[in-house]
Order: sequence, then C-alpha cells, then structure tokens
Amino acid sequence: MASPILMPALSPTMEEGTLARWVKKEGDAVRSGEVIAEIETDKATMEMEAAEDGVLGRILIDEGTEHVAVNTPIAVLLEEGEDASAADGLDLGSKAKPTPKVEKIVPNAAASAPQGPAQRSTAELVEPEWGETADITVREALRDAMAAEMRRDEDVFLLGEEVAQYQGAYKVSQGLLDEFGEKRVMDMPITEHGFTGMAVGAALSGVKPIVEFMTMNFSLQAVDHIINSAAKTRYMSGGQMSCPIVFRGPNGAAARVGAQHSQCFGSWYAHIPGLKVVAPWSAADAKGLLRAAIRDPNPVVVLENEILYGKKFPCPVDEDFVLPIGKAKIEREGKDVTLVAFSIMVGVALEAAEQLAAQGIEAEVINLRSLRPLDTETIIKSVKKTNRIVSVEEGWPVAGIGSEICTIAVEQAFDWLDAPPARVCGLDIPLPYAANLEKLALPKPEWIVEAVRKQLGD
Amino acid sequence: MGSMTDAPNRQNGPVLSKEEMERAYREMLLVRRFEEKAGQLYGMGLIGGFCHLYIGQEAVVAGIGLAMKKGDRSITSYRDHGQMLVAGMTARGVMAELTGRSGGYSHGKGGSMHMFSKEQEFYGGHGIVGAQVALGTGLALTSAYKKDGAISIVYFGEGASNQGQVYESFNLAALHKLPCLYVIENNRYGMGTSIERASASKDLSKNATPWGIPSRKVDGMDVAAVYQAAKEAMEHCRSGKGPFLLEMETYRYRGHSMSDPAKYRQRSEVDEMRQTRDPIESLKAEMIKQGIDESFFKTVDHDVKAVVKDAAEFAETSPEPDASELWTDVLVGE
Ligand SMILES: Cc1ncc(C[n+]2csc(CCOP(=O)(O)OP(=O)(O)O)c2C)c(N)n1
Ligand SMILES: [Mg+2]
Repeated sequence: MASPILMPALSPTMEEGTLARWVKKEGDAVRSGEVIAEIETDKATMEMEAAEDGVLGRILIDEGTEHVAVNTPIAVLLEEGEDASAADGLDLGSKAKPTPKVEKIVPNAAASAPQGPAQRSTAELVEPEWGETADITVREALRDAMAAEMRRDEDVFLLGEEVAQYQGAYKVSQGLLDEFGEKRVMDMPITEHGFTGMAVGAALSGVKPIVEFMTMNFSLQAVDHIINSAAKTRYMSGGQMSCPIVFRGPNGAAARVGAQHSQCFGSWYAHIPGLKVVAPWSAADAKGLLRAAIRDPNPVVVLENEILYGKKFPCPVDEDFVLPIGKAKIEREGKDVTLVAFSIMVGVALEAAEQLAAQGIEAEVINLRSLRPLDTETIIKSVKKTNRIVSVEEGWPVAGIGSEICTIAVEQAFDWLDAPPARVCGLDIPLPYAANLEKLALPKPEWIVEAVRKQLGD
Repeated sequence: MGSMTDAPNRQNGPVLSKEEMERAYREMLLVRRFEEKAGQLYGMGLIGGFCHLYIGQEAVVAGIGLAMKKGDRSITSYRDHGQMLVAGMTARGVMAELTGRSGGYSHGKGGSMHMFSKEQEFYGGHGIVGAQVALGTGLALTSAYKKDGAISIVYFGEGASNQGQVYESFNLAALHKLPCLYVIENNRYGMGTSIERASASKDLSKNATPWGIPSRKVDGMDVAAVYQAAKEAMEHCRSGKGPFLLEMETYRYRGHSMSDPAKYRQRSEVDEMRQTRDPIESLKAEMIKQGIDESFFKTVDHDVKAVVKDAAEFAETSPEPDASELWTDVLVGE
C-alpha cells in the first residue's frame, strides 16, 4: 500500500524547514535507514532517512522549497511492484507551495483558563468544634503532630539534620528517637540535595517521609527535587504516581542571623502547581496543619517560624484533632478593614487590630493558614463586608503573597472596594544583621495601622 | 599521590624559622584572645545571631597563613574570624562587624558569618554549608584565567565535605587544573554530628583521589606540620599542576555556635585535647626548647591583649549604621 512520507521534526522545537535536496529520485528503490533527502533547519542541515523499504513514488515537494511545515507530505512511498498511480487515492493535501505558518494568538490564558482547585469552594471544609484545649508551645504542637501520625501510620518517618540524637536543631523532634527508634528518625549528613531527592524517591515508591530542613533557607540546596521531582511527577506520570511527602522547617527571619538565613519562602513555594503550602501561626495551626500535611497524599511544604516555636497557645486536646488544608481562619472579626496575614505576621496584624480598635477602627484579621490552595472565598467574603483589604507578610513585596491577595481582591470584589488594596511587606532588601537595621526592615503593627489609615483617607 | 600522615619532617632541622615561629605564635594568640572576647561580648548581648568560634583550630589558619603569598585569595564558612585576622583584616573591623556597627567590614550588614575584604582578598564568610567550595573554585578560575599567579585557599568543615557541590568542584578544578588548595578542617563534628555518623568515607584526605587530586592528612594542631604541608601543596598549585587537598585533623573546644549545649561529646574529650594537643601551648613549648626567651611571650601576650581590648572598645562604641544603609549596596549603580 502506498503511503505518504512526511516532513520530519528534527528537533523538539522545529516547526518548519527547507527541503534542501532529494538524494533519491522518483522511481529509486529505498531501504529503511537509507538517506533519501536533506533537510535544513535554522540550526543545521540534517539527513532524512527512509523509515521503510519501498520505491520512491512521487515527489510532492521540490528541492529548494523553504518553509515546509512539519508533517507536510513530501513524497509517496510505494510498495515494491506497486504502480505510481497507487498514490492517487491518498489524501496528500494540495501540492501547492506550503504557506508559512501564521502565529496563532492565544488569548490571555489567565483570564480564560479555568482556575482549578485553588479557586474551588472551601465552604465544605468545615472546622468542627474541637472542645477542650490546653496551652502548649508551637514546638510541642509540631512534635505531637509528628508523633501522633507516626503512631497512626507505620510508613511515616522523619529524616533531616540533627533530628535524632541531637533532638532537633531547634528541638522540634525532641523525644521522637526514643519513641520510634533509628529506623524512623534518621539523622542525615549535610547533604540536602541528596537526601531530599532520596526522600522524594522513597515517597514515590511507597512510604511517607517527613523531611526536616534545619531552616527553609537550606531547602534552596534541594529546591530542584521539591519542584521538579516532588511537585511534577504526579502530572508527568499521568496520575500513576503520587508523592506523599512533607517538607518542613523554620521559615523567614529569626533574630539577627543575617541575609542568608533570613527569608520567607511563602511566595516561592506557593507559586508551584503540584505543591500544597501551609504556614501555621498558633500551636493549633501547627498541630492541625502538620497532621493534615502528613496525611495528605501530595507533597506539602510546611513553613514554620523559629520565633514562634517557643510561644504558647491553646490547642485542642482531642486525639483526632486535625485541620483542613486550604481553609483560612478569621482570628478577629471586624467591619472596617480586612487584614490578611500568615505565620508570625498574624500576631503582628492582631496587634495592629488592637491599635486600630483604640482609634475606633474595627479590623477583621484573617489567618491564611494555607498559601496554596488559598482560601479565596473567606478573603472575598470579608472584603465584601469591610470594603478594604491590607495584606501583611514578612517576605519581599515583588511577586509576593500580597501581590496575589490584592489581585484576587481586585478581580473578584472590585465593585466592593472603597480603596486600592494595600500591601505591607518586609523591605525589598536582603535582611541586614545590625540590630537597628533589622528592626527597620521587618513589618511592624505601626506599618499596618498606617496603611489602613491611608485607605481611610487620613 | 595518596595521603600520607602527619609528622612534619624535622630531619633537616626545625621546620619553622625563629621569625616564623614568632609570627605564628602571635597570630594564634590573637585569634584565641579575639574569640574569647567575642564570646564574652556575645554573653553580654552585644553580639547577636549566630557566632561560631575558632578556638582550638588556630594552627590551621596560622600555618597556612605563613605559606600564603600576597595576592592569594581565601574563602571559608561562617567560622571565619580566624581566617580574617590571619588574612590581615583588622581586629577592630572584624569585632565591630560582630556587634553590627558602622565600623565593621560590612557596615554591620553582614555580621559574624558574612564578612569580606577586597583589599585582603578574603571572599567571606558563607552561611550555606559547602557553598564556599564551589565559590572558592571560582576564585581559582580567575587566577587561571588572568594568569595572575595567585592561588585560592578554600576552607571547609568535614561536615561540609559531604555536600555534592564539593565533588562537582573537585572534578571542575582537576579538569581545568585550577590553582586551588582545598583545606578540610576536620574538627570531628558538624554541629552535633560526629564524623563517624556523617561520613561513610573513613579517610577524608582520599575523597578527591578519584579525580587525581593529590592530598595529605595533616596534624592540624601542629602549626609547623600545617605550614610544611601547605607550602608543598601551594607549590604544586602554583606550578600549574592543578588542585591539592589537605585534611587538617583539628578540634574545636567550644560549642558549634554560642547556643550549642554540646551534649554530643564528653567533657573529658575536650579537656584532653586542650591539655595534650593545644596548638598554642605546643608551639610555646617548642620555642622555649629552642631557647626563645620568656620575655618574648610576655610582650606578645601584652600586645595581643591590648589589640583585642582596643577592638572591643571600638566595637562597642562605633555607632550603629545609619538607617539610610538599609537601601544601599543592593545593586551596583543604585
Ligand atoms: C546548606 C546548609 N545546611 C545546613 C546548615 C546548618 N549548619 C550550619 S553549620 C553546620 C555544621 C557544619 O559542620 P562542618 O562543615 O563540619 O563545619 P564546622 O562547623 O565544624 O566548622 C550546619 C549543619 C547550613 N548552614 N547550610
Ligand atoms: Mg566540623
């Protein structure tokens, strides 16, 4: 049976090329693997080989033709003994000179594409009443969360630097080695790229590692595995594989540890489809979100905060306590302005709300808890009530979480806004070491109060 | 060349001349006293954040310093005060950076872990474990590129030696015959993890062997041994034969940083090191044996104390950086 020979793509990016020369003539016998033509691309001249044995029947594209699109029939291959007329029945398109391809203009994808889970309703994510609480530190909450999940599921284990014998560089894994042994609490050498890749590989093949980064700054050594390996494998495997893994550790500024040890990765990781990202503030957040992260069948980044580790908060004592990922919490109700914050900045926003209250302004404070997915519904509902929104984050302003929050407010509640949304962020500089400069570089309640007063026209 | 051990070759008389011994003694003592003072200031709240002291490891920088030539570049981790003092940076400038004042090398913007001196060819001061190894290989690339005759001294811990970029660097340096002297400061611990629990490699000096990089294991508590090995290694690098690796067997007396409870080792281990291997005491004993007068030590003690006292006073009184410093130095030209 006669078959068309198509213009080949000779590189992943090639769309068209020049048919430089026919090496074989009409009527020539060709063997599979024999060079039949030369094709020129913008990068090189390459030989085109026959894919099958046969006879070159008709040549459809003459030597020297430029802009031949990939997959255009360029000739007909006949079976041995077949007559050239055998090709007559083939649909070869017109033999006319192929026209250069016109770039199709794709409309702004962001405007028309479906928004996906990040925008799905969070109404079904109800947080039940958990009843009785006890005051514990964020550090204890995190440890208890890991211990509870490790008791519940044999496949969960912890690895990281100093997590076992030293009991955690910040003592978050205190006692875990004693209870669970070396197999499930593993000390790692200082080899973040390697051990993170190893943990991702293990997660893909049947276990549920928790990877502790001594601080999230060191996750930069491993960022390729977090993004390219953990976040994308589910998609790239067409859903065959999932990566149930937790990447956790202290994030953001600590106290005077300098530029390389003080930065917020909220916006970095929230940018990545295929990841979930949570950022607890209170002990209850820490316990509930970390437990949910460990149970989640997806890679989850848990952004903790060193300064909060020692802070006490009431936390439900119920053994089943867990929080949904993707649901924000209203920490304080108000009607005049919405303050949106996460992690340590929730406390700063609450202080600002106190100061504002003293001035007769009632601020609603939303603790995001989850940065991806983002609880847009709670934010928008609040904005429609207060008509003003200020986002607060410790990280840098450019392409930060605040940029996202403000965009969402404008996109979804434009008609309700009485003032342009505002961002309060850390200064757009590497964090300085000097005590006075460091203080000046990080958001304070006063900055929030000022942003709100500006919105109110003061 | 495989790794060899230790003992400096003293067959042809002493390794160090009288002047070299005196210089080494002075520098080691300066580092020791400087670090003790930094520890005090930290305790007083004048220094914040992370502060990693070099006490115990002085012979490494002093011995290498003796063998370095003007123009040689060096780079290290956050445990960097000793390297800076030996590179010729002033005690005042270093101490004032520790207190985060405008008189510091980075105007207070870097702190203990991040200090640099273009003038003394000191490239930091790096907080990310292992980062300086690739960067230091780049310093050697500059030397090879510009044929400026300088070599690059790259210090890193035995903990850092496990990082992947260390091996990528070895390959690059060997491939391009870069004049790079890698110095592993094996002080036996990376934070709370002993070398046995972190490295399957039992002989770090052999870690660069697959790339054909010659190496030696050196008694890093003996300044003469360090000097002798460094001199030979530097000659190799300088002659265009490529990189060299020295593993310094050393010890840190203090905790990893100021906040380390150091429960991972016995107090007796530290005491024994101090009593039997202390680099300053050992050198002093050797010098006395060679007839150097007691008055020399008195003078040096006195001078060093004065330098450190002056540095501390400067660091306490130097003003905090001006608020306008927040926005400077982010990009060139802005
Ligand atoms: C990439 C990275 N991971 C982890 C840390 C935290 N950390 C700081 S120092 C250190 C130990 C390093 O040990 P070693 O290389 O032996 O140097 P030493 O402190 O003994 O001089 C660790 C784990 C870091 N700064 N950078
Ligand atoms: Mg070490």
